[in-house]
Amino acid sequence: MIGIGLGFKWFIFVVMALTAVGASIIMVTRKNPIHSALWLIVTFFSIAVLYVTLNATFIAVAQVMVYAGAVMMLVIFVIMLIHLEWGARLGHKKSFPKLIGSIITIILFLQILAGVYTYSNTGQHGIYTAQKLAEIGNTRAVGTVLYGKYAFAFEIASILLLVGIVGAVLLARKRKEQER
Amino acid sequence: MEQLITLSIMVVKNIVVVLVLMGFVAYTTLLERKLLGRLQVRPGPNRVGPFGLLQPIADGVKSFFKEDIIPDEADKTLYVLAPGISLFTALSLFAVIPFGPTVEFLGRQVKLVVADLDTGLLYLLALATLGEYGVVLGGWSSGNKYGVLGALRAAAQMISYECALGLAVIGTIIIAGSINLSEIVNAQAGLWFIVKYPFGFIFYLVAGLAEINRTPFDMPESESELACGFNIEYSSMKFATFMIAEYAHMFTVAAIVTTLFLGGWMGPGPAYLGPLWFIIKVFVIIFFFIWERGTYPRARYDQIMQFGWKFLLPLTLLNVVVTAALVAMGVL
Repeated sequence: MIGIGLGFKWFIFVVMALTAVGASIIMVTRKNPIHSALWLIVTFFSIAVLYVTLNATFIAVAQVMVYAGAVMMLVIFVIMLIHLEWGARLGHKKSFPKLIGSIITIILFLQILAGVYTYSNTGQHGIYTAQKLAEIGNTRAVGTVLYGKYAFAFEIASILLLVGIVGAVLLARKRKEQER
Repeated sequence: MEQLITLSIMVVKNIVVVLVLMGFVAYTTLLERKLLGRLQVRPGPNRVGPFGLLQPIADGVKSFFKEDIIPDEADKTLYVLAPGISLFTALSLFAVIPFGPTVEFLGRQVKLVVADLDTGLLYLLALATLGEYGVVLGGWSSGNKYGVLGALRAAAQMISYECALGLAVIGTIIIAGSINLSEIVNAQAGLWFIVKYPFGFIFYLVAGLAEINRTPFDMPESESELACGFNIEYSSMKFATFMIAEYAHMFTVAAIVTTLFLGGWMGPGPAYLGPLWFIIKVFVIIFFFIWERGTYPRARYDQIMQFGWKFLLPLTLLNVVVTAALVAMGVL
């Protein structure tokens, strides 16, 4: 980046990290599910900016395209389609699933906290330094690694997604036959 | 000092691009009304100024003085925010589009693009999906049934055609070997991609029409069934903002088609003629958009969904495979 010093980068990091945390807190406390979904988009956006400050522009753009764009559009579509926002008027009720959910969330949070405080290894340096990335381009680097060294893992992930699609189609078909 | 000059060049480029874009957008509305008029055997607007040339200004002033209504049922924040989202994404889409080669200006090399992003093409796809939020949220937050229906249709249409849109440009990436838009233009130096890769051009044009919600695909605001759809409750400057965003988006899609398939700024003559060639090509595409709007009726909603999923998506997928095979065999 031209003319951007370390101080400015740090400033952007702090602002965006706070936005991400704040937006996710607002997200879980909204009553209207559409508002929740929109705050989740804000969170995704600020995380995308964090990726940019880490020189991972490809991941940042992919994050905005896939999560903030396509996935959240689908979520909003479903919320609108089944009119979930009416359920928001029912008010708060203490229920067993909510209790389990909050306990699991707290355990997960403690786990991450423990991980951050006990594990201080910064990891080994790969071959892709910031200079090399700038030289060959971010997208090329991701592509080379993804389709070269990790091609097997990539294929497994795509097969997993395919299984998900087939399962969804199967579920939709079964329900139709029952209606008849 | 060096940094200050770089910064001021960036700021000047931003301002010039936005102002020129807004000017073109204003006169694209006039061009559309004139051409549609001619296609329907009537003169079109011709009262304000010579040949109706002051019509866009009159439209702007008029919508500025109209009463601004926010419905009681509306979700007020989102209702106000929605036109802004549309306009913001439509304008920021243009940031990565190169409208000229690197030229020498006052003794320094200036790239004629606001931001020469390494991931330019992906940025375009990402922001295009975000632009649809303006339409979806505008329709939903109006608290009107027709508005919600328009919003639902916009969301469904975007999800359906986004895949085809992305797959249509993958062939360009394969042939050019880059997703930087300047490099894609440079890769077309010998032969434009419309000749090398004609099916991608056609698929992108069709999916692009769906993305900017133009006529065969203008489901979110089909007047005859939804009485204007997502912008039914909007009035005054908010409505005008939606209109400006729609035309800015149309201009940008035309610019993307020019960049990806029509050789961008390339043309005979010296380098500083690049922007001129770019604008000429963009207006050829815009002329096509207006022409087809005057020609085709609106398709039915289920037909559009069927066409998107069962026809366009498999074809674009096949296109990607064939293009990749041809490139691997060294034909393209």
